[in-house]
Amino acid sequence: MKATPLSNCERRFLLRAIQEKKRLDGRQCYDYRNIRVSFGADRGCCMVELGRTRVLAQVSCELVPPKPSRPTEGVLFFNLELSPMAAPGLEPGRQSELLVSLNRLLERCLRDSKCIETESLCVVAGEKVWQIRLDMHLLNHDGNITDAASIAGIVALCHFRRPDVSVQGEEVTVYSPEERDPVPLSIHHMPICVSFAFFHQGTYLLVDPTEREERVMDGLLVIAMNKHHEICTIQSSGVVMLLPDQILRCSKITAVKVAEITELIQKALENDQKARKEGGKFGFAESIPNQRITAFKMESAAVDTNDVEEQAGEIIAKADPPSEVFASPVLHTPGTAQIGEGIESSWGDLEESEKEEAVEEEGESEAAAFECEKVETEDTSTLRETKSDEPIVLSDSEEEEVVILEPQELPRKTRTQTSSQQENPSKKAFNKR
Amino acid sequence: MAAERGAAAEALVGQVVLPGDLLLLPAHYDEDAEGERLRLSAGTAPQGQLLCGPGLRRSGAGLLVTKCGLLRHRPAGGGAYWVDSQQKRYVPVKGDHVIGIVTAKAGDVFRLDVGGSEPASLSYLAFEGATKRNRPNVQVGDLIYGQFVVANKDMEPEMVCIDSSGKSSGMGIIGQDGFLFKVSLGLIRKLLAPKCEIIQELSQLYPFELVLGMNGRIWVKAKTVQQTLIIVNILEACEYMTAQQRKQALAKLSGN
Repeated sequence: MKATPLSNCERRFLLRAIQEKKRLDGRQCYDYRNIRVSFGADRGCCMVELGRTRVLAQVSCELVPPKPSRPTEGVLFFNLELSPMAAPGLEPGRQSELLVSLNRLLERCLRDSKCIETESLCVVAGEKVWQIRLDMHLLNHDGNITDAASIAGIVALCHFRRPDVSVQGEEVTVYSPEERDPVPLSIHHMPICVSFAFFHQGTYLLVDPTEREERVMDGLLVIAMNKHHEICTIQSSGVVMLLPDQILRCSKITAVKVAEITELIQKALENDQKARKEGGKFGFAESIPNQRITAFKMESAAVDTNDVEEQAGEIIAKADPPSEVFASPVLHTPGTAQIGEGIESSWGDLEESEKEEAVEEEGESEAAAFECEKVETEDTSTLRETKSDEPIVLSDSEEEEVVILEPQELPRKTRTQTSSQQENPSKKAFNKR
Repeated sequence: MAAERGAAAEALVGQVVLPGDLLLLPAHYDEDAEGERLRLSAGTAPQGQLLCGPGLRRSGAGLLVTKCGLLRHRPAGGGAYWVDSQQKRYVPVKGDHVIGIVTAKAGDVFRLDVGGSEPASLSYLAFEGATKRNRPNVQVGDLIYGQFVVANKDMEPEMVCIDSSGKSSGMGIIGQDGFLFKVSLGLIRKLLAPKCEIIQELSQLYPFELVLGMNGRIWVKAKTVQQTLIIVNILEACEYMTAQQRKQALAKLSGN
C-alpha cells in the first residue's frame, strides 16, 4: 500500500508551529517522548516504546566456527526489519533505502563501538565461537526508529544470558540452563543514538522527531554516545548544512539525554532482575497495560447515594400505609381485564424530563443542590401536586431512590420504566398528602 | 454443516457479538425449531421494514453477524439493528462524506487518497459552478470534502463535490490553513451524532472550524496554532477518555 500523502495544509501548519516553537504533542524542543522498556519471559527479549514507536528486540546465540581472519573472536550479527505492520508504506521491496541506512547506522553504533567484548565469546580458538544474533522488528512507526532500535538493541544485549561453557583439554561441555545458570554477555558500555531534526535550513532544531515532523524536516543528525561522553557514531543526512557550533551544541544535548536514558535502562533491568529472583511474574503479559476504548460507552448519570438510607427511612416513616381497598377488575372480553385506570399519559412531558437529565449531568454539585431542594419539597409539597403528570415510578433498581405509590387514591397502573443507563436519578421521592 | 441455533436478537442488544453469531428476529422464533427457512418480508415486521445495518447480513433464518462489536437497536421506523465496532481502516461506502487528499491531476480528473484500498477519482466538473472554461483551482496536496457516488468492491470509487441538485452544500476545497489528523471511525460517528457533548463542550472554549470525514479524518482550524493544537489533542484523546476526565481537562483549559 502506498503511504498516505502529506497534505499541503499539514506541512504548512507543522512548519508554522515549529517556528512558534510548538510541537504537536506539546513537548519542548529538547524533550523526549515517554520511553517504556518491557521484558519478555525469555532472556534477551525486550520491547521498547518511544511514544507510539515500538521496537521488539530478541537476542539468540549459537556455536559456529569463527571467521578465518579472526579466529579468537565471536561473531555478532545485527538485523532490523521493517514490515507493513509498522506503517502501510513499508512494503517489502519498497523501503530499501530506509532499511539499509537504518541497519548500517545500528551496526556502526553497536559493532564498531566495541561495546560487546567479542574475545569472551571464544570457546575453542579457531573452531568454535559464539555467534550472537540480535533481531529487531519495528512494530509501529511513529518516527525516530533509530533511537528506539538502539535502545532496544542494547537493552536486549544486557538482558541476555548465554549458556555456560567449560573446556577441559579437548572436551567442551555446554551446560543447559538447568545445570548451570546462564552467563551474561560482557558489555563494556551502552551506546545510545539520539536524533536531531532540522527545519527551515537549520534554524530550528527538534530532538526525537515524530513521524509527521520527519516528513517535513530538512535534515537529520544522529549522534550515538555512551554515558562516559564518548561519541560512538555520528551521521548527518538530508539537505541541511550544519555549522560546527551547532554540532557541538547537539553533542552536549546528547550527553544529557544519554545519561537520562541510561539511568532508565538500568532501573528497568534491575526491576526485571528483582522480579525474576523473587519469583514474581514477569513477561509481556504483566507489563503491557490494557487500554479501554470509550467511544461506545454510554455514560451513566451520577447518582448521589450519600444518605439514601436516611432519606428512604424518612419517606417511609412519613408515608401513609397503602389502602386496603382494591378495585374489582372489569372484564372487557374473555381474556382481557382491567384493574383501575391508567394514569394520565405523560408523553408530552418527555422534554421536561430530558431537560432535567441535561441538568443532572454535573453529578455531585447538582446533588448538593438537590439536598436543599429535597428539604424544601417536604415543606412545600403542595407545589409538587401541580406537577401531577410526572410519572410515578415503581422501580426495582437499587440505584434509584424509593418512590411511594399514591396512598389514598386507587392504586394506579404504574409504568415501570426500564432501567436504562440514562435513567434520571433526579426522580425525587415526594410525598403527596 | 449443522445450522446453529441462534439467539434472540433482542436479548443480545448492548452486548458483544462475534462474527458468525446468528440473531433470530421475533417472527422466526417458533418456525426455526421446525427448520423452515423464512425470508424477511415487509409483512412480518410491525411497521415499515427492519433495517439491517453495518456489521450484519441477512441470512435465511435471521441476521448473521459479520463484525465483532456491540449490538445496537433502534425501535423507530420499523426497527434497525447494527453493530458498533472499532475500526480505523476505512472502506468507501456510497453516500459517505469524506476528506480526500489530492495526489495527482490526470487530465480532467483528480486522484484523491481517501484512506481506502484505491484512490478515488473526482472530475473537475463536479464542483459547484464549474464549467469547461471555469476550472476549480485545485493543486496536488489540497484537501477536498466530498461524497461518494460510486463505491463498491468492483470499481474504483468516484467522488463529487455537489449534491443531487447541483449545490455544493458545504463540500469542495477545504481552506489553506488548519490541521488534518486521523482518528478511529467509531469516534467520528460519535462526534457526528446529533447534540454531541464533546463538540458542544469544545465550542465553549473558543471558536473553531471543524470538518469531519467519515474516513476517520478531521480538519480543524482555530485562530492560533496553540488553540488548534489543543483541539487536536483533545479530540484524539477522546477515544480513551471518559466523560469525567474530559470535563476535567476542559475545565483546566478554560481556567487558564
